[in-house]
Amino acid sequence: MTTLKVNGRDHQIDAEPDTPLLYVLRDDLELNAAKFGCGLGQCGACTVIVDGKAVLSCVTPLVLLEGKQVTTLEGLGTVSAPAPIQRAFMEEQAAQCGYCIAGMMMRAQALLQRNSKPTDEQIRAELAPHLCRCGTHMRILRAVHRAARLMDTAELSPTQGSER
Amino acid sequence: MAAIDPRAPQSFDADLIKRGRELAAIGNCNDCHTVRGLKNFAGGLAVPTPFGTIFSTNITPDAETGIGRWSEAAFRRAMRSGVDREGRHLYPTFPYDHFTNVSDEDDRALYAYLMTREAVHAPARENRLSFPFDQRFVIAGWKLLFLRRDTYKPDSAKSAEWNRGAYLVEGLAHCGACHTPRNALGAERASASFAGGDVDNWQAYAINALSPSPVPWDEDALYAYLRDGWHPDHGTARGPMAEVVRNLSSVPAGDVRAIATYMAGVFGEPGPDRKRQGKEALAQAASVTPQASQIQPPGAAIYAAACATCHESGRSPPYGGINLGLSTAIHSPDPRNLANIVVSGVRPVEGERSPIMPGFAASMSDAQIAAVMNYLRSRFSKQPAWSDLEGTVEEARRTQTALLQMSAGPRNAPADPTQRDEP
Repeated sequence: MTTLKVNGRDHQIDAEPDTPLLYVLRDDLELNAAKFGCGLGQCGACTVIVDGKAVLSCVTPLVLLEGKQVTTLEGLGTVSAPAPIQRAFMEEQAAQCGYCIAGMMMRAQALLQRNSKPTDEQIRAELAPHLCRCGTHMRILRAVHRAARLMDTAELSPTQGSER
Repeated sequence: MAAIDPRAPQSFDADLIKRGRELAAIGNCNDCHTVRGLKNFAGGLAVPTPFGTIFSTNITPDAETGIGRWSEAAFRRAMRSGVDREGRHLYPTFPYDHFTNVSDEDDRALYAYLMTREAVHAPARENRLSFPFDQRFVIAGWKLLFLRRDTYKPDSAKSAEWNRGAYLVEGLAHCGACHTPRNALGAERASASFAGGDVDNWQAYAINALSPSPVPWDEDALYAYLRDGWHPDHGTARGPMAEVVRNLSSVPAGDVRAIATYMAGVFGEPGPDRKRQGKEALAQAASVTPQASQIQPPGAAIYAAACATCHESGRSPPYGGINLGLSTAIHSPDPRNLANIVVSGVRPVEGERSPIMPGFAASMSDAQIAAVMNYLRSRFSKQPAWSDLEGTVEEARRTQTALLQMSAGPRNAPADPTQRDEP
């Protein structure tokens, strides 16, 4: 048994140490925001935050997560109380099929946590590893800028408060 | 030499400029003379040396801060003798110990190309060198000791292609500047030509008989690697070599073929033992079976989830990772290249099929990266274990982050690879 801390809660996980975090999140904890895209760390759809950094959960085995804090999109906000990044993506209608969006939001969130006012260039460089086949890139860019403004003015949501 | 009035760009012959562009790519000029995100050839890139930091200069035709007032003769003298227009000695970070081989004709084309670039006002940055290296007269002594002013002499016993390759490799392409070890005064050791050197916290591998590559190199493999940036039996060009390949991908195929021909001779024909080892490595790579995760070494579980999904997928590069039994980085005595690539990954080349690998800086600690490196070394090579890997990883984290921000981006490579043979 391995103890895994996800969204502020400890979970007892019965899995081999080489099991990818993504499988544990989706299959054991039923946290389905992180998506299986390529399984090779090449598309970004599975991105979650580990100790403040964006991490590709499909190539991150359980053995690397001892004593670390995992945050998934579910940990940022809820349907009734979305986090600024989630509100911003909705308000900009940044999703088309939506498959890449959870990963995009998680990496954008990690960026905004260390740089509250990123430039266009910085956002593009940060999100470059993420593939979006629908082509909503311009809306995604606007959404990240909007999230930065929202975070600047809004109070932290309760879930974020407990996380950080 | 006397300052000239900047020449009108239209006064240069178009074919000469085009040839100059190809030569500048072979010479990798943009790599040192451009800071990522800033203007082409405007200089200002910090080049760390054992003697201090030297900043590359502005080689755009700006009259005030570039080389706009340089005559062709002054340009040729700088290439050949390492002296600027005003007669000051230039530091040999500018590899004129190689450029002395460049023909008058090629210097003319390079001059035409540079003088028709966008002029950028960018004053030189002050070098940060320790005494006595901050005194330029020291360079005169260095030149007496190490600068050979002969131009390249063809070897009539060899083919025209080999001679062309020798001319480029020993001259403009200055391969030895990274791949030949340097002495205490920073000069290439003539007795250890191509025996491997250092650049930007990467190891430039030995590219002679000492090559650590599991499979011996041949001319075709070299050509493919220099042209595409990867080869299924050898792996992927990364770090400073990725920049070199990016440039070589845009020059006429014949020049790259000539470089491959000459370098195949430098590697030399492998002996029977070396050939056998190469065949064994290839056979083993073709027959791998994914290993169960029950095995004990701490790096094994990390390898199984983070590496094997690509590197043991059975798909051939670039869509799958190279089998690590063929990886030069894992077989090399120097662990830095492996640490660098695990930390930073490999970015794909825009617009064409190319290898890609995520970096693991965010998900693994130094100790965890060291553990997986130890595992790779013991599982895939017969070489002795590396020492102080955690220190190496720490250094990789520090230097590669800085390098990714500093090095030139993909600015000269064509996006459409079918254009490569018709630049």
